Amino acid sequence: MPIVTIDGRTIEVADGTTILQAARLIGPEVAPPAMCFYTKLKTSGGYCRTCLVEVTKGSEKDPRPMPKLVASCRTTVMDGMEVGNLKSEKVVAARKSVVEFLLLNHPLDCPICDQAGECYLQDLSYDHGSAKTRTDFERRTFDKIDIGPYIQLHMTRCILCYRCVKVADQITDHRVHGVMNRGDQSEISTYIEKAVDNDFSGNVIDVCPVGALTDKTFRFKSRVWFTKPIKAHRNCNKCCGKVNLWYKGDEVLRVTGLKDQWGEVEEFICNTCRFDTKKTSDWTIEGPSQISRTSVISANHYEVFVKPTEFTLNNVTPLQIEGENNS
Amino acid sequence: MGRKILLEHDNVPGIQGYDVYRKNGGYASVEKAIKMTPEAIVEEVKKSGLRGRGGAGFPTGMKWSFLAKPEGVARYLVCNADESEPGTFKDRYLMSRIPHLLIEGMITSSLALGVKTAYIYIRGEFFYIVRILEKAINEAYANGWLGKNILGSGVDLDLYVHVGAGAYICGEETALLESLEGKRGNPRIKPPFPAIAGLYGCPTVVNNVETIAAVVPVINMGGEEYAKIGIGKSAGTKLISASGHINKPGVYEIEMGITVEDFIYSDEYCGGMLNGGKLKAVVAGGSSVPILPADKILSTANGEKRLMSYEGLADGGFATGTMLGSGGFIVMDETASVVQNLHTFARFYHHESCGQCSPCREGTGWMEKILHKILDGHGTLADVDLLWEIQGKIEGNTICPLGDAAAWPVASAIRHFRSEFEAYVNNPGVLKEVNHYNNVYNLVKTH
Repeated sequence: MPIVTIDGRTIEVADGTTILQAARLIGPEVAPPAMCFYTKLKTSGGYCRTCLVEVTKGSEKDPRPMPKLVASCRTTVMDGMEVGNLKSEKVVAARKSVVEFLLLNHPLDCPICDQAGECYLQDLSYDHGSAKTRTDFERRTFDKIDIGPYIQLHMTRCILCYRCVKVADQITDHRVHGVMNRGDQSEISTYIEKAVDNDFSGNVIDVCPVGALTDKTFRFKSRVWFTKPIKAHRNCNKCCGKVNLWYKGDEVLRVTGLKDQWGEVEEFICNTCRFDTKKTSDWTIEGPSQISRTSVISANHYEVFVKPTEFTLNNVTPLQIEGENNS
Repeated sequence: MGRKILLEHDNVPGIQGYDVYRKNGGYASVEKAIKMTPEAIVEEVKKSGLRGRGGAGFPTGMKWSFLAKPEGVARYLVCNADESEPGTFKDRYLMSRIPHLLIEGMITSSLALGVKTAYIYIRGEFFYIVRILEKAINEAYANGWLGKNILGSGVDLDLYVHVGAGAYICGEETALLESLEGKRGNPRIKPPFPAIAGLYGCPTVVNNVETIAAVVPVINMGGEEYAKIGIGKSAGTKLISASGHINKPGVYEIEMGITVEDFIYSDEYCGGMLNGGKLKAVVAGGSSVPILPADKILSTANGEKRLMSYEGLADGGFATGTMLGSGGFIVMDETASVVQNLHTFARFYHHESCGQCSPCREGTGWMEKILHKILDGHGTLADVDLLWEIQGKIEGNTICPLGDAAAWPVASAIRHFRSEFEAYVNNPGVLKEVNHYNNVYNLVKTH
């Protein structure tokens, strides 16, 4: 079994484990962020480049370092491999630039975005981004399309992680949406409007790391940090029936799948559970869900929010990035 | 006269047709190879020192020996004829003039690799060449070089031409395979490499047109003999597509190791600068390789004359050198503007980025916009620094080499011609004095 060292911390993992998975086993303080990789979706990952790490020693047999930064989600560990994540200046600089690229054409409409508060792009830019933008060009826009009654598509917010494409490929019967066009004009789209209609289509909302695919039934109802997640289950003949109910007062505003520490759903749920069963009486309540204490959802507001890096990087000396003196 | 191998019979009338090609020694390599074991053919190619002619220059014999050979799994040979690099037009010349040379090379290479099905993936814009190739393939079938039981040897081979839809990215080998499978032409994430899991998940070799054509002389004359041509590790001849401000643009076959100065100024090749102009810069291997100013392209940092070879052009790394690339030799005289030229390249890479990974998708467009701003007269010196920084953030951080290809021209233009960027920034009116487009127009008129 290969032994791998990430940011100076060593772990023994099973053969075929990727660097990202090994880092997650060590703990959140060394785990690289991932915007496109999703454990439950095959062939996901490798696109967003946020999880780039530096391999300073290839393996015990071949100790040469890898010439380029590698995507940790798609690189399997070798015995004796040494990896630099936050302790590598190259990685910190590359990640900062990836955040800059991802935000380059992002509308930054967080104040009106339903995803705000549980958005991975927000977290990512908070952790690794810069406070200022260096572009003054007009941001990219797309023609609006209606993809169906349950899911709202905001293409301008999309970071093209391909997760929703993989969900449609792997857990629904027929994929009717995909990536069209090329380069920075690429967009998630359907050939026929209102075409996304499938019992499991709602899962694209859960896997979307940003606010590109949001729940139409929850649209503009509430900020997520004013709602509280309650774990619940029901007998469902289509899916596992295990969900989070998001309450505001007595009212269930939204139903989502249960998510793990890395923000990935534990089991996919069907559209009936997600969109059509929003009464407390439909569910067996299990109790409040665990929410990370760094999340704005547990803080209820942004005011006393402590920058997460101060929790997670307690054993890592913060690196000074060249030209970064505005924070 | 330099030695010609690939284009030896280029001027023979009717060489496009099977009969004339056969009379001029065509298909001899197949006759020779069919009596050899596959291992022996690969060994000959290894000995020849033949290197990939598509741009990367990876040793072909080595690439072939990496091909996995599991029992009961099909293997494929794919010829990359998706030549789309700005400044490169050698494959198109070769295919349209001597189509049988490529087909002969495909057969010989297939024998070496134990391939039963081979594909030529051709760029969508080359539609007239598709007809030429298909005619040649039909002739080869009719004469028993393709199909079942070639020359009574018991070996079968089918060869197909697949037409792309005109995307530069499909020249990247894994994007090409995706496109060949009928999917969106997005590069795959490597590993696994095509030699292990390529077309339809089977072991696959992807080679450039010129590489496959060069297998023919390698087998005909023997690997050791071929290795004597050229210089050092750059064995053999190379097709160079020469364009720009020169007297005789066109495709030239050179023996590797001639000097760059000879290539530009001798009558045998480019025939000197157009209208006696002064050499300003050269993009030596297609749009993606670093641009070099006149002094650096003619001589290396050590003061020696620079040679046309993989090592010769790469001498000095990216600081003072460039790359042989695919052999798209673009020459610019003093009337050309490096910044305008760079904007054209940046626009190309912006348009051709597949959009899969973020640095390339967003970065290529950003660079183009900044260059446009500088050309428009609204640029600042900070924009030039920003441009430098963006290219550094794209290079090496992307899935496929398109990101690097977009970054290198920007890096080299700023490295060697920073003063020209500053001139645009400080004096927006400079645009009126150096009008690249007018020059292009005049160039077209004089030819």
